[in-house]
Amino acid sequence: MEIKRRDFLKVATAGSLMLAANVHPSIAREPKDRIKDAVGMLYDSTVCVGCKACVSACKQYNETPTSSSSTDELWDNPLDNDSKTYNIIKLYKEGTGAVKDREKDGHAYVKRQCMHCVDPACVSACPVSALKKSPKDGVVSYDKNACIGCRYCQVACPYNIPKFEFEKAFPVIRKCQLCSHRLEKGEIPACCQFCPTGACIFGKVVDLLAEAKKRLAYKPGELRKYPVERLVGNQVTERVVTPYVQNVYGEKEGGGTQVLYLTGVPSEKLGLPALEETSDAKRSETIQHTIYKGMIAPILFLGGLVYVVHKNTKDHK
Amino acid sequence: MSEESKPIGGEFLTTPFKVLAGFTLFAAVLVLIRYVMGIGAVSNLSDGYPWGIWIAYDVVAGTAIACGGYSMAILVYVLNKGEYHPLIRPALLASVFGYTLAAISIFIDIGRYWQGYNMFLPWYANVNSVMLEVAVCIALYVMVLWIEFAPVFFEGVQKYKSSLPAILTRWDVSGLQKIWSKFLFFFIAVGILLPTMHQSSLGSLMLIAGKKLSPLWQTGFLPLLFLISAIMMGYAIVIFESLFSAVGLKRPKETPMLGKLAGIMPWLIGVYLVVRVLDLIVRGALGHAFAFNVQSLMFWIENALFVYPLVLLMSPENRMKARPLFLSALSILLAGLVYRFNAFLVGFDPGNGWHYFPSFGEIMITMGIISFEILAYLYIVKKFPVLPKAEHA
Amino acid sequence: MKNKDIESVSKRLGVSRREFLKYCSIVAAGMGLPLGTGEQIAEAVTSAARRPPVIWLSAQECTGCSESLLRATHPTFEHLILDLISLDYHETLSTPSGHQAEAARAASIKENKGKFILVVDGSIPVKDNGIYCMIAGKTALDILKETAKDAFAIIAMGSCSSWGGVPSADPNPTGATSVQKILTDAGIKTPVVTIPGCPPNPYNFLSTVLYFVTFKKLPELDDLARPKFAYGRLIHENCERRPHFDAGRFATEFGDDNHRKGYCLYKLGCKGPETHANCPSILFGDTGAGTWPVGTGHPCFGCTEKGIGFHKPLFSKASLHLVTPPDTYPHIVEQQGKSALAGIAVAAAAAGAAYVAVDKVAKKLGEDDGKSKK
Repeated sequence: MEIKRRDFLKVATAGSLMLAANVHPSIAREPKDRIKDAVGMLYDSTVCVGCKACVSACKQYNETPTSSSSTDELWDNPLDNDSKTYNIIKLYKEGTGAVKDREKDGHAYVKRQCMHCVDPACVSACPVSALKKSPKDGVVSYDKNACIGCRYCQVACPYNIPKFEFEKAFPVIRKCQLCSHRLEKGEIPACCQFCPTGACIFGKVVDLLAEAKKRLAYKPGELRKYPVERLVGNQVTERVVTPYVQNVYGEKEGGGTQVLYLTGVPSEKLGLPALEETSDAKRSETIQHTIYKGMIAPILFLGGLVYVVHKNTKDHK
Repeated sequence: MSEESKPIGGEFLTTPFKVLAGFTLFAAVLVLIRYVMGIGAVSNLSDGYPWGIWIAYDVVAGTAIACGGYSMAILVYVLNKGEYHPLIRPALLASVFGYTLAAISIFIDIGRYWQGYNMFLPWYANVNSVMLEVAVCIALYVMVLWIEFAPVFFEGVQKYKSSLPAILTRWDVSGLQKIWSKFLFFFIAVGILLPTMHQSSLGSLMLIAGKKLSPLWQTGFLPLLFLISAIMMGYAIVIFESLFSAVGLKRPKETPMLGKLAGIMPWLIGVYLVVRVLDLIVRGALGHAFAFNVQSLMFWIENALFVYPLVLLMSPENRMKARPLFLSALSILLAGLVYRFNAFLVGFDPGNGWHYFPSFGEIMITMGIISFEILAYLYIVKKFPVLPKAEHA
Repeated sequence: MKNKDIESVSKRLGVSRREFLKYCSIVAAGMGLPLGTGEQIAEAVTSAARRPPVIWLSAQECTGCSESLLRATHPTFEHLILDLISLDYHETLSTPSGHQAEAARAASIKENKGKFILVVDGSIPVKDNGIYCMIAGKTALDILKETAKDAFAIIAMGSCSSWGGVPSADPNPTGATSVQKILTDAGIKTPVVTIPGCPPNPYNFLSTVLYFVTFKKLPELDDLARPKFAYGRLIHENCERRPHFDAGRFATEFGDDNHRKGYCLYKLGCKGPETHANCPSILFGDTGAGTWPVGTGHPCFGCTEKGIGFHKPLFSKASLHLVTPPDTYPHIVEQQGKSALAGIAVAAAAAGAAYVAVDKVAKKLGEDDGKSKK
């Protein structure tokens, strides 16, 4: 086979031009700001003792069934969030697991539920707006009347939160809704209400973020007051501070979340993915809008096509 | 135009037909089970892998393989290469059924299918969603394809009445034929716009998967790479189908015309590979290709399937022979298929210990859909004027 | 509170004033009543103008319920209840018997129409017009119906009168029926409280009676007319062996190592998870910890619960009504997803078939190429 130098150069140039053409200033989708009155939770893994009261409470107040991973089916023991388990406690264990909140030969607990992201990938992905972010309090909610069950939200979510009822003939997507049915009545999410140690507390995200930063400045070994159930309330517990990883997970990750995490063990070890600051929704929408904004490019293209095709076919009848 | 093709006749209830019908019926039973007992009853889809081969093959790869009509339309109606006209109808036939069955696959796959029309309601539609654009575009394109294919039916029920059931030949379609010839050009134009949009957007679907898709496939160039590969797969299916059916239906081959067509391929593959490789290098992702895992292995297989036909078809001698044409076309189809499987399944790792391989039920339903497509092809080429007359070979 | 009254009651009962007040507080605490209620009870007991009359009817019973009451110590049955209430008729404990006892019953009913408490133990047979239990020439069925309509309230003491008990076990040859059902079928509206158990803990009965005497109303009841303070929880919720259940530590055979270690008896058929009672909290016999079936190493058989006791086989497993997380945790990463085997097999077969087909075509085309070259 002979590759003519001319032909090679033609191809290489065409390819490079295509590459270059796609790097032009795109119609960027602005990153989303945090909603002023957004509410959320602060979960402090060092305060959590793994009692799972939050798991039971979530099932009780959302009326979700038990999920069993053992053949005996004696307990509610799912392996992960699933279509019956909006909230779960998982255990990190390394080596002997002897010391709590230590990375090596230690163990730690992590609570997993919907993060109610600032710029949710699921909301961007859903073709029928079944997943919506409330403009008032930022809770990401699900509407089964809109949903077509395409499961694109499951592909999109970096935390793998939306779960689907594959075993049902009329399935829906299931996930934590931050107990919005309780928020309406002036109550707080069940997991925060029933956490005995104050590992999971409810509040306005701006306040929770400030509290989180405050805790990062505590010295390990100090005796400090930690709020229980909600950030602003009467219930307080005193505990000895243990070392924190100097990062509030969810402040910036993936564009930010409304459920913030403080950990004693690196967050990646707890299964919290290391995400960049730019959300996937922003990335995807930027590319999509660049091509299709206002449908200008397609309409122009169609105009050209109609002209050319008409010209080429009008003699063939 | 209308004189160059005719039904090839012959008995359509052959053994292959019966075998394929068997697969189709079996799949139909499985589909019924899916609707009564839920998706989990017949598939291995899970929360970790919510999309499986019904999406990756039936919809994504299947529509790319069905791009024959699109690619030939560009060649014949935009670039005005009239000599390829005899290849238009066979290409359209594969496209019509490929896309229609892809749409049916979607309704088998989505969980709340009875609300599927929500996508077309403005108060539900989310214009930021890539999926919305893909779905609306494909829906419109399926309609356009049937409109483009209609002249075949019109001609068939008028000129080849004897071999068709009476119910089809009752009506006088000459009036419809006239309307069609006046306005067909518009639909041909739309039929080039729409696949350009949705074949690229099928790639864009995976942008939002972010880090869950391996850096070997996750790139802002997904739409461009999907588009180029779809176009080349369109030509490849035309070549493949022409040669396969020539052997299978014992007809003369159209090797010279196909050989000329194949001349486009090295260019397309070349541009595709340049974009693909440069993108990997610029993003610093090439290192993942040497990781000695399933993903890196599939990456090399995918690209080898692109390189092989490139090398083969660069030689004009090879382009004059049927076997190299056939194998190259097959390789391109497999390359595009593997690329799409990789971008949607193999490269997708949600973490949390999930694994996925399609179940028996999933595979049999897909095979039933493919079987039905071949059945439809066989029936229509025997009864309707699709394939070029022997003299045009 | 009139000290003189307390003095007189204490003297009569043979207990000190302090013991008497202590007893009233214990009863109050056992019912979950607020601090200070003990004094109210003492007041009610001592200042009662008349002791409320009680008639105790026995039908198809084994006398276990009365025996259980006889074992009470705070108060003792004979000292306090006979002085707290006026027990006008009780077949086992009456001093008179025969016609005299029946006459006493009739007189009490006439005098206290609408004001006496009726206690019933034993189930009431209804088959063959109720001839399987007859007292003084009348069927228990008739006696109950006549007496019930004139009672102020009825306490169905024990599982037999509460829902049928042992005599109602399959095939229920006598048609043993609960008090409530008899009354409902007869249209008698007298309120019924049930104190199920076989036998029930005596203090469940005593506390209910004292509550009634003090506050002139019945304590809060559930939909089966059981007082919630005693039957509001499943045994499983308060069982001392619950941590073993949550950790998956079970005895699998009587006498095996785990049984000896005192592990959970669920796998031996313990019906605690589906039985409402307060046995783990107040135990039996006032002799210390572990004095209840599970505590001694025998699974609970659900004696208080209709549909469980005398119905479900002793060693069959209970259904779990409140399923909670166990003692164990899922890991950060767990292997998930369905089996790939069947799919791999089919995919391989399909790929093989496709290869064969394509290979045949390619060969044929190759031959044709060879021919046309010549």
